[in-house]
Amino acid sequence: MTTRRRARAQRLPWPALLLAAVAVAFFALPLVGLLWRAPWSSAWDYLTSDTATTALRLSLVCSLWATGLSVLFGLPLAWVLARTELPGRGVIRALATLSMVLPPVVGGVALFFALGRRGLVGQYLDQWFGIRLPFTTAGVVIAQTFVAMPFLVITVEAALRQLDTRHEDAARTLGASAWTTFRRVTLPAIRPALVAGAVLSWARALGEFGATITFAGNFPGTTQTMPLAVYLSLETNPEEAIVLALVLIAVSFAVLVGLRDRWLGQVRPQGSVTA
Amino acid sequence: MSLDAHIGLRLGTLDLDVHLQVQPGELLALLGPNGAGKSTVLRALAGLVPLDAGHVTLDDMRLDDPVTGLMVPPEQRPIGVVFQDYLLFQHMSVLENVAFGLRARGAPKAQARATAREWLERVDLGDYADQRPASLSGGQAQRVALARALATSPRLLLLDEPLAALDVGARSTVRRDLRRFLDTFDGMRLMVTHDPVDAYALADRVAIMEAGRIVQAGTLAEVTAHPRSRYVAELVGVNLVTGVVANGVLTTAEGTRVVVVDAAPGPAYAVIRPQAVTLLRATPAGTSARNSWPGTVVDIDRLGDRARLSVEGPLALTAEITVAALDDLALRPGDEVTATVKATEIEVAPA
Repeated sequence: MTTRRRARAQRLPWPALLLAAVAVAFFALPLVGLLWRAPWSSAWDYLTSDTATTALRLSLVCSLWATGLSVLFGLPLAWVLARTELPGRGVIRALATLSMVLPPVVGGVALFFALGRRGLVGQYLDQWFGIRLPFTTAGVVIAQTFVAMPFLVITVEAALRQLDTRHEDAARTLGASAWTTFRRVTLPAIRPALVAGAVLSWARALGEFGATITFAGNFPGTTQTMPLAVYLSLETNPEEAIVLALVLIAVSFAVLVGLRDRWLGQVRPQGSVTA
Repeated sequence: MSLDAHIGLRLGTLDLDVHLQVQPGELLALLGPNGAGKSTVLRALAGLVPLDAGHVTLDDMRLDDPVTGLMVPPEQRPIGVVFQDYLLFQHMSVLENVAFGLRARGAPKAQARATAREWLERVDLGDYADQRPASLSGGQAQRVALARALATSPRLLLLDEPLAALDVGARSTVRRDLRRFLDTFDGMRLMVTHDPVDAYALADRVAIMEAGRIVQAGTLAEVTAHPRSRYVAELVGVNLVTGVVANGVLTTAEGTRVVVVDAAPGPAYAVIRPQAVTLLRATPAGTSARNSWPGTVVDIDRLGDRARLSVEGPLALTAEITVAALDDLALRPGDEVTATVKATEIEVAPA
């Protein structure tokens, strides 16, 4: 395996290798820049400061909630987009992925007019249930879910489309209901894509800035997540900003690397024979 | 107590209009080339494709009837399916695959697994229970698929090209095993195949399908002896010679003369069963056979004790001789032979 992979790499023309090396440098250099300027002697104090620990905890909690909501609603949506002949599917798909291309600030403003205290739906939430979403932790979760869910929908829909539906046929002929078939045949088959989509959603939610600050504000302890804390401390205390940024990078990097090996590395499509 | 189905279905360019009947304990082979619509017939019977017209009735129970809008979903039909390339669930163990149907039908886990284990032992795969399907050979995967389909005790078993996914070397062994396991199931069986040899080996009756229609049905012997079209004759391996009869001789379009008996003048076709053809190394000096044609052996196909040889010449013929005769004559592709057929062995029917 190793030798074969090496042999393949050697056949790559050198201009491609050169360009790839530039790409790697492009991704690595900003990191090096941060590491270079990091105040290593006082790093520990910054790390254990209230601002840092509160923001980090809030970031993790909110991004995990956003990921959970993305899976809960995104998975059925992906299924509908992939498997039904619903009229206007193209429009729905465009709507569901709009927030990927929208500037997050615009998304935040739109959320505000929809779910704010005077918003289209928000006014009734307030009047009838006393629920106010803007400037709350729930608002952070909603802003993050808004920008994160498309990643899950796109990834899972693609997997559902590629899946050999004859396995589902086989399950049906064996007596499995549509739900049992989904749970025991479809879901395990798309699990790698589901995990990948959830990780992408989580990463997007963790890094969310624009929609959060517009819709949920920037209150330490309730809505100030790591990206907001980094941005804010950049004005007041750049050294702290660098340390917080490195923490954010370290957490993201650890999760991405860890999950890749654990889950995404063993993608094996349903039906392939690898004896 | 039987299957009675009329499948009317339009799917893209395919236009199906198929009448089928399978009696209890019978194995019907649906024989036809790829694209004839055979697999769609199976899917319609299993309930995976709704009918446009006709009906599916199993043991006096209506399963599909577009007129009344009745459509029993696949999971509620007492029908088991062995799919082409078997479609085992790769993320489950072999045992879990076989237990799947029982679990889906509400059996407790322990009981489902115990029954599944019995089925695996019945198909000689008891030792493979904990393995993943990916580690099985094609023949083993087929047996798991068969056990999985039969574990739910269906009344009708559908087999879609059960041998097509196997390489040629493994096919005859697997075919023999399949026959053994299929014989233990006394329900109705319907097998789709493009290979007449599968039908020869496994089926009680064949229905020949061409472009969405059944063109002939009957026991294999009946169909082989009396093929109604060149297509059927080629499919089941009978020599069909068309031409014009005059003065006891049928003359083909190429001018080859075939001596026949009791034939009315006019356009006709002659059926020469491969078993009626005698092959000789040399030109016969004196023989009672009225027909003899020179030819070249182009292909030899061994089927157990028999061998089928394709002979090219003025008259292209398939001859079936014993393997012993083949060895005695030491025939190989490329060899020159003389093919002789007694006139009394040739059946002639007006075209």
